[in-house]
Amino acid sequence: MTTAEAAAVRKTALNAVHRQMGAKMVEFNGWDMPVEYPSSGGIIAEHNAVRTGVGIFDVSHMGDIRLTGPQALDAVQHISMNDAARVAIGQAQYSAMLYPQGTFVDDVIVHRLGEDDYLLVINAGTREKDFDWVRNNTRQFDCRVENLSDDFTQIAVQGPKAVELLQRYTTLDLSTIKPYWFKRGIIGLADQKLIGKEILIGRTGYTGEDGFEIYIPPDESTSAKVWYRLLDLGKEYGSVACGLGSRNTLRLEAKMPLYGHEISDTINVWEAGLDRFCKMEKPEFIGRPALEEAQGKGLSRTLIGLEMTERGIARDGYKVQDESGREIGYVTSGSYAPFLKKNIALAYVPPEFAAVGRHLHVEIRNQGVKAVVVSTPFYKRQKKN
Amino acid sequence: MPYPSDFKYTKEHEWIKAEGKYATIGITSYAQDSLGDIVFVELPKVGAELAVGKVFGSVESVKAVSDLYAPASGTVQEVNSALTAAPEKINQDAHAAWMVKLELKDPAELNALLSAADYEKFVSEEGGH
Repeated sequence: MTTAEAAAVRKTALNAVHRQMGAKMVEFNGWDMPVEYPSSGGIIAEHNAVRTGVGIFDVSHMGDIRLTGPQALDAVQHISMNDAARVAIGQAQYSAMLYPQGTFVDDVIVHRLGEDDYLLVINAGTREKDFDWVRNNTRQFDCRVENLSDDFTQIAVQGPKAVELLQRYTTLDLSTIKPYWFKRGIIGLADQKLIGKEILIGRTGYTGEDGFEIYIPPDESTSAKVWYRLLDLGKEYGSVACGLGSRNTLRLEAKMPLYGHEISDTINVWEAGLDRFCKMEKPEFIGRPALEEAQGKGLSRTLIGLEMTERGIARDGYKVQDESGREIGYVTSGSYAPFLKKNIALAYVPPEFAAVGRHLHVEIRNQGVKAVVVSTPFYKRQKKN
Repeated sequence: MPYPSDFKYTKEHEWIKAEGKYATIGITSYAQDSLGDIVFVELPKVGAELAVGKVFGSVESVKAVSDLYAPASGTVQEVNSALTAAPEKINQDAHAAWMVKLELKDPAELNALLSAADYEKFVSEEGGH
């Protein structure tokens, strides 16, 4: 590794904390991040803690872009495929920014902070690319674009017990925040100087469970205090620190896309099956004409879920074959699923192979291993009524 | 972490325990710790011929696939099928979790392998941990 490359690896404010906790570290899209914590029991234990109790994640590597001004909504509408006009103040919405070809710049969560005030939360690996994209494609609108990515430490608290845990750490009544909504609240306990510090608390996440993402001051001291406090308060709910390993297996079970895998600059919205987040009734947004044309042509490939029926783990990039062994597609994401205790995968194949129940093969070490097309998401949490 | 003194070791983190012309093979506790939770093991069939230094199977964790390299040449006599059903046994006790039993082709091949002390030294030098 050259000195230039070594200098390019970035760290979140919690980096020292992860190392202190003995986390196994890995480089992810230019960031030095924890992949798992032996003290948590490792990936499988972390994954199952989130499904049954609560897990804490450092997701500060994600980016944040703020658009403010009289034409902030128009700017967002131009670059985002979903309909931001439907987003109320305090609401969040899953969407994506597209290239003119209808393929993905990135997926994004659009938060409406105020009347003319939007916050886009974006992926870690695409921070600079996205910021440049937003700035270059909104110049014609009366709005200001700011890169706030370094302004927050972002912590995700995820799992059925997330609300109980976080409620012990804030006076804000969390039951008033519905899924995909957010509020500002005060966190901290009397013994810490965090009292009086209002922060964004969103009921969002990337695990398929109930949970929150909180945006706190990015200094190391505050970040460490909040992190350790949450873990401590969450002990009775089985809280553990969770890394990128379990973050990936959790989102895979819940069939949530990962940029560079299910979505990318060569995959379009229809192929990825993200139709419901793409509002073609909006008269204009970048990528709309190409998507309309593509609608007329039909799909050459579509995203499916696979479950291995013979021994073997399908992994990212492995080839998918039909029953005769002919190559028809590839795996975008594949892994052992710790909660479902199965080997699952997402893959792109031509539509004629996409029917649930269809038998296919995945090529694992030069052998076709049997798999079956299953419906997705692989996992769906039980909703409390 | 102690490495049994009656085992020999490879730089690819396999161990081999010889008893006359037979030997058992597994991976070390260092290997299982590096891998994390092991979720899959692929082992050869009884009767398969192993060639020293060549891949004879694989072990997978959630995040990684790792090839298994034969510490010595020989014919597979027995395979530990308990591991295919419960690969986590390797994490629990890697030095007890034998994978295959071999009839050795040339027991002298083991002379080229590392002793427990040499392996421990090798592992402590292999950065990061």
